[in-house]
Amino acid sequence: MRKSIVVVFLLAGLLLSACGAAGETGTLSITGSTTVQPLAEKLAESFMSSNPDVQIDVQGGGSSVGVKAAGEGTSDIGMASREVKAEELAQFKNMQVHVIARDGIAIVVNPENSVNDLSLDQIRDIFSGKIVNWSEVGGADAAITVVAREEGSGTRDAFMEMVMGKDALILDNAILQSSNGAVRTVVSTTPNAIAFLSFGYLDESTKALSIGGAAPTEENASSGVYPVVRPLNLLTDGAPEGLVKAFLDFVLSADGQAMVREEGYIPVK
Amino acid sequence: MQNKLQVDKAVRTVLLISASLSIVIVISIFIFIFRSSLPAFKEFGVQGLLGELTWRPANGSFGILAMIVGSVMVTLMALVIGVPLAIATAIFLAEIAPRGVQAVVRPAVQLLAGIPSVVYGLFGMVVLVPLIRRIPVAGNSGYGLLSAAIVLAVMILPTITSISEDAIRAVPRAYTEASLALGATHLQTIFQVLLPAGKSGIVAALILGIGRALGETMAMIMVIGNSVILPAPLDDNPLTVFLSQARTLTGNIAVEINYASGLHASALFATGVVLFMLIMIVNVSAHAFLNRSNASAN
Repeated sequence: MRKSIVVVFLLAGLLLSACGAAGETGTLSITGSTTVQPLAEKLAESFMSSNPDVQIDVQGGGSSVGVKAAGEGTSDIGMASREVKAEELAQFKNMQVHVIARDGIAIVVNPENSVNDLSLDQIRDIFSGKIVNWSEVGGADAAITVVAREEGSGTRDAFMEMVMGKDALILDNAILQSSNGAVRTVVSTTPNAIAFLSFGYLDESTKALSIGGAAPTEENASSGVYPVVRPLNLLTDGAPEGLVKAFLDFVLSADGQAMVREEGYIPVK
Repeated sequence: MQNKLQVDKAVRTVLLISASLSIVIVISIFIFIFRSSLPAFKEFGVQGLLGELTWRPANGSFGILAMIVGSVMVTLMALVIGVPLAIATAIFLAEIAPRGVQAVVRPAVQLLAGIPSVVYGLFGMVVLVPLIRRIPVAGNSGYGLLSAAIVLAVMILPTITSISEDAIRAVPRAYTEASLALGATHLQTIFQVLLPAGKSGIVAALILGIGRALGETMAMIMVIGNSVILPAPLDDNPLTVFLSQARTLTGNIAVEINYASGLHASALFATGVVLFMLIMIVNVSAHAFLNRSNASAN
């Protein structure tokens, strides 16, 4: 009898200390794409403030690291800013892919450039070095300076997959920079540059081109008219349960998707 | 008395430990880098890494020859631009400048050493690169060896200047007096007595400068373009090779390490081993040079 009273008091105390929390407890580790990382950190922060007993650690490393971490179970959740490749799915058979947002990849040029629209084929030929002068695509007579991300970048992988296809490679003497921000700086200070940039990094310092007549807007990207859109994925080993499921539910809830929009990405719901 | 001896002994031990610590650190860093690079060396061999031009991690090619050439070229160019400037400044400060001028020039040069390399990189990116781009050569993006070498030359200036100045000042007064007494002019004394006498210090300054240049990373990433290509002339004029883009060994590691795993990461560590070796070669040959010239002087 006495014992049960103590238990009741303890439970009441716990409830009071949780004070309106959803009641989740435990720790979550999230690893992977540096594109998804800032978004995941914001989402984790918000989730932790409504669930004070939850600790979420978000780490970078790149999309490939994210796939591996989730597949091998070294992290609860992996992040990837590209499609999971067929060979990765073959390696990690239980992997489940949860699309939490979409991100358009814009083709950007210097604001002084007179070109406003390119076709996918033209973009591929420019990045692979077949088209070397802006006059070949209706611009001024000036040599094109190709700027790209380094090997391993999720943005580069997504661009390669959706624009370059299987056989085309980015030309060897492209200027390579190791972040979206650095790419933007190079394009904004180099009159004849062209590069690819995540929608989240667009501002007035560069000019985003239409592709085959489709303007690089959020509406066109979510309706599928704009062709270069990649998914931002969270990956789990097997079906999510417990805390992992609670976090994923939050990410896909109205609140979570509102934060996706705030960060400049396209909500999926 | 006993107590004094004990203190003496204790201090000796502390000094010995401090001195050994740097050896331990160097060796453990080397062991770590070397071990991490072993998988790449096993897979591709020394020839496959050092002798190959193609670096495409996605396709399994890990040749770092282009980066070796890039690092060596940009360092040599920086020395060609920076060393005459640095030694001239050192001579000016040690021998010619009046006290008031020294008080302005010396802190200014030393201040250069305190500017973070990312600031040099930013300056290069927004000021120097657009200037270099005005050189009317097709395919000249402004990013490349020349921009990088100019930035690097400024970065090694303070090191070489201050150590050379010390070396010149350390030459015994009697040398100068003897030279002047024999009828040599001030300039003849500087170039034919002071500089040869201060040679070992100046060579030490050059080694430190080369080390700094080979190791510089952030500023290089920002202005050299990072393309994995063997620097080549952009048109018929062979001088346009200096406008070519390149990638340095340090840049290769810094640009790609974030995403690298497996063999790719190992190949980046191999890049680090090569960098380590390059700096060792510079140090060893400089020592050999100093020993030989000291021997011939005696």
